[in-house]
Amino acid sequence: MSKLTNKLVAIAAMSAFTAGSAVAADLTVVSWGGAYTKSQVEAYHKPWMASTGKTIVSEDYGGGIAEIKAQVESGNVTWDVVDVELSDAIRACDEGLLEEIDPSMLPAAPDGTPAVDDFLPGTLHDCAVSNIIWSSVYVYDSSKVRNWNAPKTMADFFNTDAYPGKRGMRKNPKVTLEFALIADGVPTSEVYDVLGTEEGVARAFAKLDTIKDDIVWWEAGAQPPQLLADGEVIFTTAWNGRVFNAVAAEDQTFEMVWDGQVYDLDLWVIPKGSKNKEAAMDFVAFSTATEQLAAQASWISYGPARASSVAKIGTYHDNPAINMADHMPTAPANFKNALQNDFEFWADNADELNERFNSWLAK
Amino acid sequence: MNTISENMNKAPIVAADGTPLKKKLAQAMFRSRLRAAGLVLPLFGFVLASFVIPIFALMWQGVYNDTFERLMPATTIQLAAWDGVSEPTEDMYAALVADLIVARKEKTAGKVGSRVNQQLSGARSLFTGTARKAHKLEAPFKESVIKTKKKWGQIEYWQAMKLTSDSLTPGFYASSVDKTLTVTGDFVAVDENRQIYVKLFIRTFMISGSVMLMCLILGYPVAYLLATLPLKTSNLLMIMVLLPFWTSLLVRTTAWIAILQSQGVINDLLVWIGIAADDGRFSLIYNMTGTIVAMTHILLPFMILPLYSVMKTIPPSYMRAARSLGATPTLAFIKVYMPQTIPGVGAGGLLVFILAIGYYITPALVGGQDGQLISNMIAYHMQKSLNWSLAAALGGILLGCVLLLYWAYDRIIGIDNMKLG
Repeated sequence: MSKLTNKLVAIAAMSAFTAGSAVAADLTVVSWGGAYTKSQVEAYHKPWMASTGKTIVSEDYGGGIAEIKAQVESGNVTWDVVDVELSDAIRACDEGLLEEIDPSMLPAAPDGTPAVDDFLPGTLHDCAVSNIIWSSVYVYDSSKVRNWNAPKTMADFFNTDAYPGKRGMRKNPKVTLEFALIADGVPTSEVYDVLGTEEGVARAFAKLDTIKDDIVWWEAGAQPPQLLADGEVIFTTAWNGRVFNAVAAEDQTFEMVWDGQVYDLDLWVIPKGSKNKEAAMDFVAFSTATEQLAAQASWISYGPARASSVAKIGTYHDNPAINMADHMPTAPANFKNALQNDFEFWADNADELNERFNSWLAK
Repeated sequence: MNTISENMNKAPIVAADGTPLKKKLAQAMFRSRLRAAGLVLPLFGFVLASFVIPIFALMWQGVYNDTFERLMPATTIQLAAWDGVSEPTEDMYAALVADLIVARKEKTAGKVGSRVNQQLSGARSLFTGTARKAHKLEAPFKESVIKTKKKWGQIEYWQAMKLTSDSLTPGFYASSVDKTLTVTGDFVAVDENRQIYVKLFIRTFMISGSVMLMCLILGYPVAYLLATLPLKTSNLLMIMVLLPFWTSLLVRTTAWIAILQSQGVINDLLVWIGIAADDGRFSLIYNMTGTIVAMTHILLPFMILPLYSVMKTIPPSYMRAARSLGATPTLAFIKVYMPQTIPGVGAGGLLVFILAIGYYITPALVGGQDGQLISNMIAYHMQKSLNWSLAAALGGILLGCVLLLYWAYDRIIGIDNMKLG
């Protein structure tokens, strides 16, 4: 009974999520859309199609593993390669929704270093291969600074006396609570230890309380640059690549504050039962080669996950004056007070903290 | 005349082939009914397969979740015999290790962990972490298991496992009303900091009610004009109603963002007039106000169209008759016209209200912190937390409320009186 109901529900859920886009292609690659997908199409899809003669259909989604779960459980897997966040990759792998990926099939670096040693620590997993490192930071519009001292620390984001006005934040406890604790003076190395205790959570919410009335909440990655450009907020948290894109491609005068950035990985995964598993494996290996990762970084400021690619990062594809390496989350100047998102912590506590967060919002 | 009817009673009229005409007629009717049923069948099948069965399957998930029982069979047997309060026994730990070794091989430890985590935070990594080491553990298992992760010594985690090992459970419905099921079978309120769903249900109904009321207040005069103005003018008015109706939901919602935001048109106007100071602009969006305004605008046609279709059928002569009998225009309107529009008011009101309680995109975009509806939580549990059972329970409550409303409507106004178009 349960298997059947699961299947039925999965089919129903799937038909709700995907609008039945069954295009005949050799490979369906799914990612987050916008400037980010564009960077992948230019750096990964096009060269792969050229070298293999196969076609790729690129689809967008909004993150999460619900669609993968629905497809795998209904036995109708239409996605072959998906770009997911680390916590989702680990979770989907643990729940048996993903194909295992043997790291030995990944191409070695140009100097012969095997892939396992070339990928940055923590970027290779049982079912996932990382392509980029991205970061949550906060931003302000330097053209609208009214006799300010430019904000420099995470504490400034919470300082409504020195910087009065609305602030944009992502409507999600993840990263938001970390930011609050960092602003409250918790060293980045201790953030998750503190957040793991009842008092720590209370402390984070108490810090958020101080600016609660001034927060405008956003949910989609495209919103924060828009909020800032509209003058709706004076500060907003955002994903660094989206901000970079607004600056480089749309001539906005946004400045990022890198203090207390929370960085995370995006990884390729292959849903279990993919109909084009071999091509999918081949694509994952191809796109995470040194050259491709470096080429991707010339389109958007997300850092490649391989050491050998980091060394090859060039300039922005549209403007040779912009040196991409300086804009990466991992650039030494930006990386001074950075925190890596703890996927284990969030896998354990997301449900409870999300309820607390929503309850706090509703108060 | 008399004789004919007597004849009819005595001998039935027969057709040419000798069968009674009545029977013949019934046969013909049956065939045409069969044909009609045949035409309906594809739709019926479609509705059944794509609507009724998935709904029941999902509702079933709200009370039935066998993840734990299916994937941890030995532990489930041990837990069934356990009273839930005494110290966990060595046998229970041994069964746990045996199950976890299999779970590691089958890659299901994460699934079990997530299920228990729904009952008690922190259980997920406990399962995945221990499963990784399970094959190396040796007897006595109680000691070695607690040595790998100290949490295994805490009785709360065993109680959570006992609770999740019951496949048929009221636990998800309890969670949807901010209660939690304890191992002794009681329902206790969850920590005040985590209570959210009851609040959201109430807010959802309040916002839906306000939207319905706003739609009625704004829509009634428009529908009246549509029904009474000369065709040329009413056509133009109709276009103005339908044009936004045909525009994408997303476009209309984002348009409201542009209009209502603090640097938007309305606020600029208010500052220009002098009602608001430049640094004291009103927050008209990213809160409940924004949600109500945008939803009212989006749902307005669903109120106007049923109202219009009812008003169109009311003969103007009734009002004239009331006037000629001495009623003032207001009295004639209230006593004669309005009662006749009740079927339209009911239909529009019910339609708007039911659509509003399921609204999702608009509150997600313009809702901010106090304009969220319960549907946003259901979407969260479907897409992000993957707690489909809780989503099903929340959806079940919502569905129950709609049915209750429908029933009440039927009792008070009568569903036969509803006119949708």
